[in-house]
Amino acid sequence: MTKTNKQSNLNIRSVLAATAAAALFTGCATSGNPKDPIEGYNRAMFSFNETVDKAVIKPVAQGYDFVMPDPVQTGVSNFFANIADLWTGVNNLLQGKPVDALSDAGRVLVNSTLGILGLFDVATPMGLEKHEEDFGQTLGRWGVGDGAYVVLPILGPRTVRDTFGLAADIYVDPVRDADGHRGYRNTAIALRAIDTRANLLKAEDALEAAAIDKYAYVRDAYLQHRRSAIHDGNPPREADDSASLPSANLLTMEPLESTWTMMLVGAPEKSDVDAANASEPATGSVDTAAVSF
Amino acid sequence: MFKRFVQLLMVAFAASAVAQANVLKAPDVLVKEVTEDVLTTLRTDPSIKAGDTAKTAELVETRVLPHFNFTRMTALALGKEWRATTPEQKKVLTEEFRTLLVRTYSNALTSYRNQTIDYRPFKMGAADTDVTVRTQINQPGGRPIPLDYALEKKEEGWKVYDVMVSGVSLVTNYRETFAAEIRAGGVDGLVKTLRAKNASNVPAPLPAPATATK
Repeated sequence: MTKTNKQSNLNIRSVLAATAAAALFTGCATSGNPKDPIEGYNRAMFSFNETVDKAVIKPVAQGYDFVMPDPVQTGVSNFFANIADLWTGVNNLLQGKPVDALSDAGRVLVNSTLGILGLFDVATPMGLEKHEEDFGQTLGRWGVGDGAYVVLPILGPRTVRDTFGLAADIYVDPVRDADGHRGYRNTAIALRAIDTRANLLKAEDALEAAAIDKYAYVRDAYLQHRRSAIHDGNPPREADDSASLPSANLLTMEPLESTWTMMLVGAPEKSDVDAANASEPATGSVDTAAVSF
Repeated sequence: MFKRFVQLLMVAFAASAVAQANVLKAPDVLVKEVTEDVLTTLRTDPSIKAGDTAKTAELVETRVLPHFNFTRMTALALGKEWRATTPEQKKVLTEEFRTLLVRTYSNALTSYRNQTIDYRPFKMGAADTDVTVRTQINQPGGRPIPLDYALEKKEEGWKVYDVMVSGVSLVTNYRETFAAEIRAGGVDGLVKTLRAKNASNVPAPLPAPATATK
């Protein structure tokens, strides 16, 4: 807490400095990562975003998280998730997954009525699984490549493809499109942003502990996450590459034998796992079971 | 002191018993049992609930780590760079990477409140030696988070070699960073960086021994 306060005292100067740095570094190519050709600009924008986040966005999200009881937060998350399910359904249709699209439509129907305007997610326990789809994923499904990694101001990590996807997502956003009171609409947009940020608070300490280079860690996590999302959680496994040539070092062979099997036989088919995950709901909650060894 | 020693012995026996029982245990059963065992302890152990990071680390060390293959994990994180390392470097890298992952994982566990875990349906063929067990963390006031474990079959039982959170591998996510470190300072440079990172991650010393404040 005290740390945050201290940092926010410095905010204006740091924001200015970061903006200046962003301008200076634009276009500088650095470590030569093919997925990240504008790394110099990206790093500067990343630290600019971090500064803004620390000064403004995170304190607001922390306040929200502190004040709002968990059930209320869940309600808010559910409310916006229900609205998002509409566009998710459209994207599933565009991706050629009519069954998923139908399930998404069913979710909206059930949650908007039984779930009282989406405040409660009653569809998930009924077996209508929540999907996360956006237009960037649809473009990915259609075969559009990632393009360069780019850090957008405030909005954060995207790829070029996902930036176009985001533009479409914003264009059709029902919350932004809401007629009637502009005041309500803006409040809704702000509340959604705060709720989204608050949902990330818990993951942050782990990120700080894990990352050696926070910028690279976030970048690679974003790229992996998107790759997984486009494949609906079942991306083809990336090559291991760590196995030495058979004659090289026998000591290291033992733990890597399955790598070899993979390289010789090809990556294992995950189709049975796919099938299992396609429709069945999650089962079994820890709460009900006690374990003893 | 003696009591503590006896406790340690009991834990050691329990751990070895678990290790032996695992030989025939299916990977999904293993993941579920270990997860629930850890969660039960997290929920009930008073000193862990009071934020004792050392105790949490001990829990992870005795209950979770025996089921992980850290050599494989480190190899995976280094990718093709792994081939160019000497056996000693492999050993040191594995040790440091293990420490980093364990610290990260223990930190995450200390912030555990009352999440629940769902286990996704799991199917495998009799001949499979490499599988993914899928779970999901449900947290109050937040979206569920997919948490998947990749396991490989070893003689001693199934061993976890990768953990994926929301589709992000906690292992291969280090690949670019490690490669950049090696380009800049060689493998020894990477070892140095890992050591420095681990030193900065050392959990803060405990407050006062349990004199029920609050």
